[in-house]
Amino acid sequence: MLSIIIITVITYFIASKGLSTFFKNGINLFDFLFGTQWKPEHDTTPLFGAFPFIFGSFSVTILAVLLSTPLSVGAAIFMAEISPKWGAKFLQPVIELLIGIPSVVYGFIGLSIIVPFIRNTFGGMGFSLASGMIVLAIMILPTITSVSYDALKSLPSGLKDASYALGATRWQTIYRVLIPTALPNILTGIVLGMARAFGEALAVQMVIGNVQRLPSSILDSVSTLTSILTLEMSNTIAGTTYNNALWSMALILLLMSFVFIMIIRILGKGSKLNER
Amino acid sequence: MVTCNNISLDQKDIAIETRDLNIYYGSKHAIKNLSMQIKKLDITAFIGPSGCGKSTYLRALNRMNDLIPITKTTGKILFDGININDKNVDLATIRQKIGMVWQKPNPFNKSIYENIVFALKYYGIRQKQILDEIVEDSLRKVALWDEVKDRLHKSALALSGGQQQRLCIARAIATKPEILLLDEPTSALDPISSGKIEELLFELKQDYTIIIVTHNMQQAGRISSYTAFFLLGDLIEYDETNVIFTNPVVDKTNDYIMGRFG
Amino acid sequence: MNVKVIDKIATVIFYTIAIIITLILFGLLCFILVKGLSGISWDFLTKPPENLRAGGGVGPQIFNSFFLLLLTMLFTIPLGIGGGIYLAEYSKPNTITYAARLVIEVLSSLPSIVVGLFGLLIFVQKLGMGFSLFSGALVLMIFNLPLMIRITEQSLRAVPVEQKEASLAMGISHWKTITSIMLPIALPGIITGTILTAGRAFGEAAALMFTAGMSSPPLDFTNWNPLAPNSPINPFRPASTLAVHIWKINSEGLIPDAAQIAASASAVLVICVLFFNILSRWIGKLIYKKFTAA
Repeated sequence: MLSIIIITVITYFIASKGLSTFFKNGINLFDFLFGTQWKPEHDTTPLFGAFPFIFGSFSVTILAVLLSTPLSVGAAIFMAEISPKWGAKFLQPVIELLIGIPSVVYGFIGLSIIVPFIRNTFGGMGFSLASGMIVLAIMILPTITSVSYDALKSLPSGLKDASYALGATRWQTIYRVLIPTALPNILTGIVLGMARAFGEALAVQMVIGNVQRLPSSILDSVSTLTSILTLEMSNTIAGTTYNNALWSMALILLLMSFVFIMIIRILGKGSKLNER
Repeated sequence: MVTCNNISLDQKDIAIETRDLNIYYGSKHAIKNLSMQIKKLDITAFIGPSGCGKSTYLRALNRMNDLIPITKTTGKILFDGININDKNVDLATIRQKIGMVWQKPNPFNKSIYENIVFALKYYGIRQKQILDEIVEDSLRKVALWDEVKDRLHKSALALSGGQQQRLCIARAIATKPEILLLDEPTSALDPISSGKIEELLFELKQDYTIIIVTHNMQQAGRISSYTAFFLLGDLIEYDETNVIFTNPVVDKTNDYIMGRFG
Repeated sequence: MNVKVIDKIATVIFYTIAIIITLILFGLLCFILVKGLSGISWDFLTKPPENLRAGGGVGPQIFNSFFLLLLTMLFTIPLGIGGGIYLAEYSKPNTITYAARLVIEVLSSLPSIVVGLFGLLIFVQKLGMGFSLFSGALVLMIFNLPLMIRITEQSLRAVPVEQKEASLAMGISHWKTITSIMLPIALPGIITGTILTAGRAFGEAAALMFTAGMSSPPLDFTNWNPLAPNSPINPFRPASTLAVHIWKINSEGLIPDAAQIAASASAVLVICVLFFNILSRWIGKLIYKKFTAA
């Protein structure tokens, strides 16, 4: 009971602090969300356009999910349907372990393998949207895989048997029967992965270069909401507009995680309806 | 609906009695206006097809339905002169006096000894000598003493199914209840173990009032003195066992006894 | 092109995906272990880090990581188990419970940096705890509590209902039934979950940067007075953990051998996480055996 109260209080605090900074800092909401100029320390006309960070966060998240989903769902199908023996004995423990690897380690790997690889292959700095995308894709791969795997495994076996009994091939069974039935849960896994990618701070910050403007290609350096928070929060003074603007970005992160939760809840309801 | 309840007992012979008992399970009316008296120190069997309400009714007698939030029970359950279907009664006392045994043997994940003394210790009995006596006495009553006396402190889960069920009965009688509620106590056991339990119940009826729910009509016929036939939440017929099995009044009872449905 | 050929092609594609993933995963592990293990020595594991020169170690950081973990679990376990018991056994299906569940779910998906910033705001600034192990432990508690509650609740719900009924039917109180009958059965699940939670806390960095701080004062491992500023067991001193340290040396880049130290520290971190994983599996199996055999 105590813990419930604590949790409720905490949530209230995050929300109220986030909102009050948003109202107190005196800058136009629209300018904040869509302004492309971030010059918080300009002497005469400081500008607080957070759009480059918002764009950075969304683009790196979406790209990572696009890259990761086919691989993860493929791996889940492999584990559940193609080779359950290998899947359960080998791939599953490895994937569980990878969920547990700390994000700084992913960041460090990105820094020492992916960044040089991009630099040598495509030129440029190497610190780029593309590096962030790859690091995040690897990070969320185990999340999506394990949720999708559970979804596929919990399907009633009669479903599969019925399809095979009708003479369908394995691919037809997977594509036409298993995936559609497990889809709400697979989507839940993808959204969970997306939430993780969106909120990830250090691993991304370490590889994307942290240039505070809009990128023109995926090989450009960018910043995300989390990376700017990581770097600047301890360099600014509490109460200044600059600092408050950072809190507003934290609020965006918070609201986005509410959105992800809502999507997951809606998907959960959908899958329950399907069961009937 | 044709029903027939031929059992009307003297007050001193009644172990427990319900008057106009209704049980609602969510929107389902699981037990409808059920009034019946159960004879003291004897065996009463409840029979009927699955879903007829016999287990629900049995569970009402020691308020186990309270565990399921969506159930609602109205009417009176009279035990020792008080209505125990009342918010103010002390559930612990009732359940101490009305023990229960389930279909699936469910000994605790503890030693044989601990299984029996768990409740006793909770009620405040601490002297080892008394506890030891009760353990031996209970196990002897269920004819398990000789089989387990050398491994009282080993896990109860290592026992066979039949032994586990006898242990559960021993656990139930250790608190010295007046009534034992048995919910299909033999349906998960092999025929030999079932036979042992039946013999045991026959012995136990000298000291306890026994109410048994069973799917097995032969079992009801063999061990009980009274039989109640339930159907869809109604008490269809309640009479002495030999009447129910040889000369039932209601057609539906006859159909069921003859195996025409359920 | 008939269905059988398509089926074959699909199978080949799935095998390829599985192989690619396995290669990626093993590549990562091998990279960290091979690159990192060469730099691990007794000196590295015990010496304090250098600020500008090469040759520093991560001794204090390893100690901080474990000490912080201990503090965190001290807060998380009782509250998490309490919350789990409440949700599994006492909560009624009403709006408050629904709200509580929603809040827990939201909390469990919050980005760790947001939790860290919240900690900065409340514990570090408002409550004046400063950058300290204590603030860090509180933040990690918030971060891990939802998981701990969920694990406890699930383990309790998995207890066979017959066991619970058997106890209640003898007139034993609900609380006694939970503590004496249900918790022992739920224990393997709770322990396994706790260890996994611990692994998560151990590797966390983003939530700690602004709460436990990014640096450690010089520690005197002979000073066991918990109130002295240079005592390792003083919970109110700032402390950088292994994970935070890895991030810091990489982003600051002040020491010449940052890459090697980061690799070795990563290897230590990964080995610890690996150890937590194996430990949880092993304990889970052990307790399972103890309860089922006999």
